[in-house]
Amino acid sequence: MSTIIIPDQAKKKIITRKPELLAPAGSLEKLQFAIRYGADAVYIGGQAYSLRANADNFSYDQMREGVQFAHERGAKVFVAANIIAHNEDLGGMREFFQELYNVGIDAVIVADPALIQACKQAAPNLEVHLSTQASTTNWRSVKFWKDEGISRVVLAREVSMREIYEIKEKVDVEIEAFIHGAMCIAYSGRCVLSNHMAMRDSNRGGCAQSCRWKYDLFEDGYDFEAAEKAGEEGKALFGEGDEQYTMSPKDLSMLPYIADMIEAGVDSLKVEGRMKSIHYVATVSRAYRMAIDSYFEDPENFKVKQEWIDEVYKSAPRTLSTGFFYGSPSTEEQIFGEPDHPIPYDFAGLVMEYDEATGIAVLQVRNHFKIGDNIEFFGPDTFFQQKVEQIWHHVTDEPLDAARHPMSLVKIKVARPVKAFDMMRKEI
Amino acid sequence: MKKPELLVSVRRFEDVIPLIEAGADALSVGDERYGLRNAGNFTVEQIDETIKLAHERGVKVYVNVNSLLHNEELDALDDYLKHLEQVGADAIVFGDPSVLATAKDVALGLKLHWSMEMLSTSFDTANYWASKGAKRAVLARELTIDETIENRDNTEIEVEAQVHGATCIFQSRRDLVSAYFGHQGKDMEAEDTGMERSMFLKEEKRRNITYPVYEDAHGTHIFSAEDICMVDGLADFVTGNIDSIKIEGLLHTSEYIIAVTKIYREALDLCVSDMDAYYDKAADFLAEIEAIQPKNRPLNTGFYYKPPIPYMT
Repeated sequence: MSTIIIPDQAKKKIITRKPELLAPAGSLEKLQFAIRYGADAVYIGGQAYSLRANADNFSYDQMREGVQFAHERGAKVFVAANIIAHNEDLGGMREFFQELYNVGIDAVIVADPALIQACKQAAPNLEVHLSTQASTTNWRSVKFWKDEGISRVVLAREVSMREIYEIKEKVDVEIEAFIHGAMCIAYSGRCVLSNHMAMRDSNRGGCAQSCRWKYDLFEDGYDFEAAEKAGEEGKALFGEGDEQYTMSPKDLSMLPYIADMIEAGVDSLKVEGRMKSIHYVATVSRAYRMAIDSYFEDPENFKVKQEWIDEVYKSAPRTLSTGFFYGSPSTEEQIFGEPDHPIPYDFAGLVMEYDEATGIAVLQVRNHFKIGDNIEFFGPDTFFQQKVEQIWHHVTDEPLDAARHPMSLVKIKVARPVKAFDMMRKEI
Repeated sequence: MKKPELLVSVRRFEDVIPLIEAGADALSVGDERYGLRNAGNFTVEQIDETIKLAHERGVKVYVNVNSLLHNEELDALDDYLKHLEQVGADAIVFGDPSVLATAKDVALGLKLHWSMEMLSTSFDTANYWASKGAKRAVLARELTIDETIENRDNTEIEVEAQVHGATCIFQSRRDLVSAYFGHQGKDMEAEDTGMERSMFLKEEKRRNITYPVYEDAHGTHIFSAEDICMVDGLADFVTGNIDSIKIEGLLHTSEYIIAVTKIYREALDLCVSDMDAYYDKAADFLAEIEAIQPKNRPLNTGFYYKPPIPYMT
């Protein structure tokens, strides 16, 4: 299933400090799942200044609840305030950062110096991380930001593994790098395709993903009017039947190379996807948690397990690749034509309760499933596969042939013990 | 009211004198190694010579050092900046903090123009870079005229705004056109994907809207489908005290850039000396440009009068 090749891990440098696993949390529910499934920290959006304007962004009350949940479990909460501000956005920033500090947020992730300054003035003790939107690609810029009081720099996605080593060697500041998820094909932030094509400001949360649209590529001198008259409109460098031009990158996964990321000294390993489902957040957090923990149990004999890679593919909407870490991506890192990797599983249910005596679990239905479906249960400490054998109505205990209504409760016979907050996915 | 500097980006060395004669007050040039999206690539010797020729004629030269640098490019940056200071560049245009930091270390005399293209949006951010030593803010092309003037009113440093030409709307580090050729079974190495091939993209659902695209050592660049043209709207820039207005020569011929410079020179002079006469002639200036405008490059007013909707609804 995977196109990633497990690398030769012969050369090994031993690292003793565990990097942070940082997961996206587009809602309070996702925050809780990310942490239950192994994230050391999560990043969320507030109701202003965040680039994911239509993620289910947090109110201050929800933040407070999220922070409490996280801190009780030794996890941190960061707020992404990563827009590029226009003048009209400048008012209110100080109150915003002050409020984040009061709520107990551990750090803010900021790209625009206007917001950095506002934060430093309004909440001097609130840690500031420089967002990947600032496109920090070299050690001298990293040092510049460190000298400005930035405690952590999220590197541009264009930085290679070798460059990370150099940066860590030359500058003593925390480094965060993306290890998983979708990527901007442009330098993050250096793209206003949406502004031109959809009248939406990409750098203020309006990105319409125009890069993934289809285009035709033409050569100079192509006269549309003449061509149209001749009935040739739409004739491009490549003809009909050829795949159209697009700029859709494969997604990133450094799971097979997690040892390289750890050994490069990256302090925080970041997963993309505030807009993605709890199934994605849980699946990805869990897989990386297992990999990182396994590394630190025995660094010298660490081996990447194929089952971890298979796991992340169960929530991956695209084929996975290694981005810029081992050189500039080429044709193979691009997706042309149809989406290349339909997710092979649906998130079907969430375990609410489990009765050990009967081996019956109460599930909250998230997607239709029926008797005979191949399913998997997984959780922070759970993993097994089975077939759906029996389903009952939660209240009446009436036998059902299928669970049809999302968010309704059903009972199901499970092959092994499960726990509340475990998930069930169904093979498509 | 203030007479703005007329800044023009130069496509080739031979155009330096004609552009000065056409009325440019300042020239923008760059060497591909550190300069992004130069109208044309100059060698270091040509930059030196441009500075000499321009200074003899009372014209300024700003050098693009506006790329996003990777570690290995830092090694030679010290010497390059020292050199530019020594030959008397009037300013360097930077977009990466490493350039500002390096200039402060090794070439303190170099004036710094802050230009992060689409990221240069607010006066707070302009003032931040001013506090780090920048002397000019080159504003994002996605601002309205009101935002442009508001930025001028709220910063101590100079403000530059583009009044003519194409704008960059996308930069990727990846070679996306080559990758596409590769996908189509072409030899990626053999295909010319540079600026001179003049390729463009058309989104499948839109007719007659074409976005120029090319690749160079910095990756893939995509440009606006239209050229901004504010030749009939200069009054706002003049009364708004904008310090420098720029004609972007990128993707145009030398003849075109020189002709456009002449038209703007005349329009700007008239706008400053006799506003009423300028208003009377504004439509004529526009018509003069329309007459030489390539058919595949419609003119418009960019975002000056048409802001995008900032947030998703």
